[in-house]
Amino acid sequence: MGEVIKIATRESYGNALVELGQKNPNVVVLDADLAGATKTSTFKKAFPDRHIDCGIAEANMTGIAAGISTCGKIPFISSFAMFAAGRNFEQVRNSIGYPHLNVKIGATHAGITVGEDGASHQCLEDIALMRTIPGMTVIVPSDDVEAKAAVMAAAETDGPFYMRFGRAAVPVINDNPDYKFEVGKAVVLKDGTDMVIFACGVCVAEALGAAEKLAADGINAAVVNIHTIKPIDKDTILEFAKKTNRVFTVEEHSVIGGMGSAVCDVLAEEYPVKVTKIGVYDRFGKSGPAGALMKEFQLDAEGIYNKIKASV
Amino acid sequence: MTNKELQLTAANVRKGIVTAVHSAKSGHPGGSLSAADMFTYLYFEEMNIDPKNPKDPGRDRFVLSKGHTAPGLYSTLANRGYFPVEDLTTLRKLGSYLQGHPCMTETPGVDMSTGSLGQGVSAAVGMALAAKLNGDSYRVYALTGDGEIQEGQIWEAFMFAGAKKIDNLTVIIDNNGLQIDGKIEDVCSPYPIDKKLEAFNFNVICIDGHDFDQIRDAFAKAKECKGMPTAIIMKTTKGKGVSYMENQAGWHGKAPNDEEYEQAIKELDEQIAKINEAEV
Ligand SMILES: Cc1ncc(C[n+]2csc(CCOP(=O)(O)OP(=O)(O)O)c2C)c(N)n1
Ligand SMILES: [Mg+2]
Repeated sequence: MGEVIKIATRESYGNALVELGQKNPNVVVLDADLAGATKTSTFKKAFPDRHIDCGIAEANMTGIAAGISTCGKIPFISSFAMFAAGRNFEQVRNSIGYPHLNVKIGATHAGITVGEDGASHQCLEDIALMRTIPGMTVIVPSDDVEAKAAVMAAAETDGPFYMRFGRAAVPVINDNPDYKFEVGKAVVLKDGTDMVIFACGVCVAEALGAAEKLAADGINAAVVNIHTIKPIDKDTILEFAKKTNRVFTVEEHSVIGGMGSAVCDVLAEEYPVKVTKIGVYDRFGKSGPAGALMKEFQLDAEGIYNKIKASV
Repeated sequence: MTNKELQLTAANVRKGIVTAVHSAKSGHPGGSLSAADMFTYLYFEEMNIDPKNPKDPGRDRFVLSKGHTAPGLYSTLANRGYFPVEDLTTLRKLGSYLQGHPCMTETPGVDMSTGSLGQGVSAAVGMALAAKLNGDSYRVYALTGDGEIQEGQIWEAFMFAGAKKIDNLTVIIDNNGLQIDGKIEDVCSPYPIDKKLEAFNFNVICIDGHDFDQIRDAFAKAKECKGMPTAIIMKTTKGKGVSYMENQAGWHGKAPNDEEYEQAIKELDEQIAKINEAEV
């Protein structure tokens, strides 16, 4: 086996935008003084005329994107998740969501893997916020392959998209010929009979690691990657809930309102079964190296494994 | 304090900034260094504060609206005696009370949690308003970046402070000319800042932010001014004091490596020696 390749999904986002820019002249990228960090600087270099730096004014950038999209452009707006979804929630809701405009939000630096910048920059609420907006597609890619595919799909599909990318490098896990990205279709990474772990984003690779540890203990866990939080893949969720009768969800997000809650919404109505949500439990993040924080918040493979073992 | 004492203190504050950021291997030296003289003047000369009693209800307040320059605030607080200078090397590390951005529930002397740009001036207005409502005599200071004032909320706060005559508020704008993506006038120009603030009913004072005589004079004028908030627009050099960081956008949010760190400390020590030699 070769070495595991690691790449941050914000990097994938920047690269995908360049590819997109070559294909579609209507794609424009809006920034709020974070072109370097969000990796849109790659697009800026390739297409300086189609890159608009709005300065440190995220709400205004969101409104400009709404307007520009009504005139046939496909704007990708870029900032940290904290600002793209958090600061801008109401602008996104009323100026993009309500008129169902074709604006794509590329939110980078989501979750605790922001690392040293600390709690003020570690958005743990964006999935919850964005999935409440009618007509908003919410995607949390798990790796480079999926992040690129999500950007391409967003450009091809009319309507508002929220895409959540990370700062830290994550292993490439979907680099295989069978992989196919479809908005709203979960990806079964490992079949299993004893339990199912639904995961998204950086937690998918960690969930796979946890499943390996569980296997060593004789527990056969399925791992399903829920990259699209909205519209959510009800069929796959129900299929695996019925098959295993024990559900875990893992996400780098608050357990209030995130992917785990979305899974619970499906199961509570159609197939009530015990669900344990693994995520950040009603608290803020803090400063520290990304890896150390994943450990501290028990979102690494070891932590997930321990949480699961403690509740079966 | 004499200007010489202030200059020496500011040089030590700068050493603390560079040391903290080097130790953290991340953080924001550029805007911390540009404001180091201002931080020093505020905490060693201007503000009515007591490091032994950081929650004194009658104290003057400071809001670091440009929260990413926390190393500047932390180094000043440490040098002023709020906590040990040695702790600066815990900056941004797991379990440290020196978070990447200021956190008022973690760090003694921090009056407001910040980090999301554009929000601090509003909080400072609230503190100044409370003094008016309660009949208290403390003053409130806020420091913003020149890129930060691209945020709309900043102007909502300015409009309110001007309209409501919040004259116990002084806003300092660190006009170092740079933000992350480059020069502020290239990204989205906020100029002319002075005329805009005058139109918002501010008492506007423009100074060199590295000249303690001008800083001293500006605060004296701010205190005299009644019926208007004051804005001090200070021209500064981003990265001031460390030659290779000066006027370089690239040093906005980057830590020096070991070699660069040695060089920075050497330069700052030389500055300290020079200040010591100079006639008063
Ligand atoms: C709302 C918000 N948007 C973006 C950022 C990321 N950010 C941190 S510092 C910075 C540039 C600040 O430039 P300026 O205000 O000029 O500060 P200074 O030059 O004094 O460091 C940006 C965009 C942030 N912290 N908050
Ligand atoms: Mg600046």
